[in-house]
Amino acid sequence: MLEARGLECVRGERTLFSGLQVEVKPGELLRIAGPNGSGKTSLLRILCGLLAPAQGAVRWRGENIHTLREDFWREMVYIGHASAVKDDLTAAENLMVACSLQGTRVSWHSAGEALRSLGLAGCEDLPARVLSQGQRRRVVLARLRLSESLPLWILDEPFTALDVAAVEQMQETLSRHIARGAMVIYTTHQDARIDAAVSRRIDLGREDD
Amino acid sequence: MQGAIWSIMHRDLLLAMRRRADVFTVLIFFVIVASLFPLGVGADPVLLRTIAPGVIWVSALLASMLGLNRMFASDHADGTLEQMLLSATPLGMITAAKVLSHWLVTGLPLVLIAPLLALQFDLSQQYFGVLTLSLLLGTPALSLIGAIGAALTLGLRGGGALLSLLVLPLYIPVLIIGAGLVEAASSGIDVTAYFLLLGAFLLVAAAFATWAVAVSLRISME
Repeated sequence: MLEARGLECVRGERTLFSGLQVEVKPGELLRIAGPNGSGKTSLLRILCGLLAPAQGAVRWRGENIHTLREDFWREMVYIGHASAVKDDLTAAENLMVACSLQGTRVSWHSAGEALRSLGLAGCEDLPARVLSQGQRRRVVLARLRLSESLPLWILDEPFTALDVAAVEQMQETLSRHIARGAMVIYTTHQDARIDAAVSRRIDLGREDD
Repeated sequence: MQGAIWSIMHRDLLLAMRRRADVFTVLIFFVIVASLFPLGVGADPVLLRTIAPGVIWVSALLASMLGLNRMFASDHADGTLEQMLLSATPLGMITAAKVLSHWLVTGLPLVLIAPLLALQFDLSQQYFGVLTLSLLLGTPALSLIGAIGAALTLGLRGGGALLSLLVLPLYIPVLIIGAGLVEAASSGIDVTAYFLLLGAFLLVAAAFATWAVAVSLRISME
């Protein structure tokens, strides 16, 4: 499980949050809510280890993630705002590079299958340059199809640029992942319907305003 | 882990193949700069022979500066760098793979074309081997040192100029040993010591730079 105590985040001169507790256990869903600029993305980046908190520490199964490093990152997927999709690579190539960085070996065949399951049939061998914003997002999210064995997903605004049907499909994917006993942490401004036995929520930026 | 290393190298080489213009810019820059000198200083063969090693080395050094800011910039801009920092493969290995593929597309072509440029300076053919070998050992060190500068100036405005100021002074030892090596060979001195020095420099750069780049990349994310 992932837990953090007394987290404080300072960006520039502003303290975004302090004394924050986060706890997620297997099979739980955590939604981080709050207005723009309240520190949602910063919190996610702290939780996955991209950003060092000003105070406090994040622990994965009781150990600090900054000592675990690769051992922690091997078990999680972080999908941020930036797509990490290269214009000059095809959809399938982009997906395979992303998976191999994460540490999952993916065959050409299963990469194609993951892309097709997200409605990208026929786009596998197109350069990402010609894909629309929503299609690029689907290429990124196809990674989740290939990461079903990983116990922690951290997703920053996973539903942006997706159409209604795709949002529904993503919500199902997340529900199924939680049902498998994995943890999902996400942010969204939309109303998401994700089934989870335990659904937690952290609201940022309320006491400051 | 090896899978990730191969896939990064494969990806970077593939990207270079699909953006061939960038690769040729570096190569053509090298050719043009080195060709300006015979035109500028006149056609005195003795003078040209004397300045040949220095000029070819300085041109190679300037050309290898050209592609440096591209080494991490696009990965930084599109978020791939975040994924590299969160990779199951140690960041030092990933940077080593990136620097190696960067050298393969911007450094190795310079090494291969250098003897052709040496012809313009009337450098005797028996020294072509020494020249090529010195560049073969020297240019990877340039890429490694340059990678530190590229990582440190990542995301800065006007980072290009700052990058040159940071990196050029660090290139000086490589330049002195590399150009000195060819000069020593043409005056009949044993060059083993030069090769050993250049090799040692490359080894130290390889060990130190990958670590330094990894640290700077992490800082750039904060």
